[in-house]
Amino acid sequence: MSIQRSPRTARRSAVLFAALAALLGLALAACGGSGSGSAPSTSAQAAPKTLTVSAAASLTNVYQSLGQQFQAANPGVTVKFNFGGSDQLAQQVVQGAPVDVLATASSKTMQTAVAAGKIQGEPIVYATNQPQIAVAPNNPKQIAQFADLNKPGVSTVVCAPAVPCGAAATAAEQATQVTLHPVSEEQDVRSVLTKVETGNADAGVVYVTDVKSANGKVAGVSFPQATAQGVIQSYPIGVVNGSQNAQLAQSWVSLVTGPQGKAALQQAGFTTK
Amino acid sequence: MSRVPRFLWLPAALAWLLVAVPIVGLVVRVDLSNFFSLVTSEAALSALWLSLKTGLATMVLCLLFGGPLAVVLARSQLPGLPFIRSVVLLPLVLPPVVGGLTLLFLLGRTGPIGGPLYDNFGITIPFSTTAVVLAQTFVAMPFLVVSLEGSLRTAGERYEAVAATLGASPLTTLRRVTIPVVLPGLVSGSVLAFARALGEFGATITFAGSLQGTTRTLPLLIYLQSQDDIDGAVAMSLVLVVIAIVVILVTRTRDVR
Repeated sequence: MSIQRSPRTARRSAVLFAALAALLGLALAACGGSGSGSAPSTSAQAAPKTLTVSAAASLTNVYQSLGQQFQAANPGVTVKFNFGGSDQLAQQVVQGAPVDVLATASSKTMQTAVAAGKIQGEPIVYATNQPQIAVAPNNPKQIAQFADLNKPGVSTVVCAPAVPCGAAATAAEQATQVTLHPVSEEQDVRSVLTKVETGNADAGVVYVTDVKSANGKVAGVSFPQATAQGVIQSYPIGVVNGSQNAQLAQSWVSLVTGPQGKAALQQAGFTTK
Repeated sequence: MSRVPRFLWLPAALAWLLVAVPIVGLVVRVDLSNFFSLVTSEAALSALWLSLKTGLATMVLCLLFGGPLAVVLARSQLPGLPFIRSVVLLPLVLPPVVGGLTLLFLLGRTGPIGGPLYDNFGITIPFSTTAVVLAQTFVAMPFLVVSLEGSLRTAGERYEAVAATLGASPLTTLRRVTIPVVLPGLVSGSVLAFARALGEFGATITFAGSLQGTTRTLPLLIYLQSQDDIDGAVAMSLVLVVIAIVVILVTRTRDVR
C-alpha cells in the first residue's frame, strides 16, 4: 500500500499552509457570522429593545406563547428567553448575568438570588406544580396510588434526588411513607417521561405539566399527598435588580401573573393562584 | 527535529494547549483537602468498580467480535467492503445519544428484538448492567476495528503467503503468523476500546439509565454530581483523567516502539 513520495514536499507544504490559513479564515468568518446574524432586524418605530427572561425549563412552552403575545402588544420589543435548570439560572443572576426577569421552579432557588440582593422587592409566587405518576395510556398495570409503584412486576423510574424532580419524588416518598425501588434514577424529568413513553418503564414520577405535555402518550395518576407541604412546587418570579428595562420587565411579570398568563399556565397543567 | 517546518510550531502549540489547559484547570480546581473522602465515597467506589468491570467486559466483546471483523475487512474480497467499513465507523461520528436511542428502540421492551424477549422470557435489557456493556461496545468497537485493520494492512500479506506456501492451514497462519505480527495493534486497539468505554456517557444514560451499582458508571456519576456537588464531580473527573492518561501512555509508548 505504501507509496514512495516524490520530492515536491516544499510546494506541498506551501499549499498546505495556504489551505490552513483559508480554513482558519473560514472558521473565524463562521463564528463572526453567527454573532452578527442573531441581531434581529426590527422595523418598528420605537427604539428596538430586548427583554431577557431567565426561566425554568418547565416553563418553556408557556413562556414562548406568552412571549409572542408580549411582542405583539409591545412593538419593537424582542423577548429573549434563557431556559435552563433553576439552580443554574439563579447562579447566573447572582454572578451578574444581564437578565431582566428571573422565573424559577422553586422558592429555594429564587431565594439564592434574593439573598444576594439581586431581586427587586419580593418575588411573586404565581403558580404551582405537583408530582404525578406517569403510566402507559389506559394504565395497564393498574396503578392507583403511590404505594402501587412498589407492586411486583412494576418497574418505576424517577429522577435522581440531586435534581429538582428527584427531590420532589423523595418528598413524595416521605409524605406517603413509601420507599421506592426504582430501576433507574434519571438525570431530568424528560428522560423519565421517555422511558415510560417507550414502554421500557411501567411508571415514572414526573409533574402534572409533564404528563400534559406528552399529549396522550402517557396517562397521569394523581395521588393525594402530591399537594402536601414540601412536595408541591411553587413558581416564583421577580424583576432582577439593575435591569436596563425595569419597566418592561414589570409588564412581563404583570402579563404572567395576569389573566393571559393564568390561562396559558392552566392549559399547561399548572395550578394558578 | 529540524525537519518540522517552523510555521507549524504555533498552531501545533495552540492545539496542544487547547487540550492541556482545561485539564490543568481541572487539577487546579480540585479540593485537595477532601479529595480522598470524595473519591472513596460509597457512590464513587461503586461507580468506579462498575466502570472498570463493564469496561473490561466491553474490551473482551470488542476483541471477540471486532477482531474477526477487522480481519475480514483487511483480508477478504467481499463485494460491499467500503459500505461495510463505513457502517462500522458510524459510531465514531454519531452522537452517542443517537446510539443509545437506536439501542433503546431495538432492544427496549417494545422494540423488534427487546419486545419478544420481554413477552416470552420476561427479560428487560434496559436498566441492566448488560445494557451498559452493549452501549459501550457500540461506541468502542470502531476503535479496535480501525486500529487492528490498520495494523493488518501495514503488516501486509507477505508472511501469510509464505506460511501458506509452506503448507500452513489458514487457522495455523492466523494463530502463528498474523496475530503475532499485529499484536501491538491488537493491544493498543483493545486498550483504546477500553478507554473509550470508560468515558462513555451518552449512549449509556439513554439506553441503560442511571442507578447506583447497576448502571451508574463513573461518567454518569460525574454528570449527576455536577448538578449539586461540584467538588465531588471535579474529584471524580480527576480520577477519570488519571486513568485515561495511564491507559494512553501504556498504549502509545508501545505503538511508537
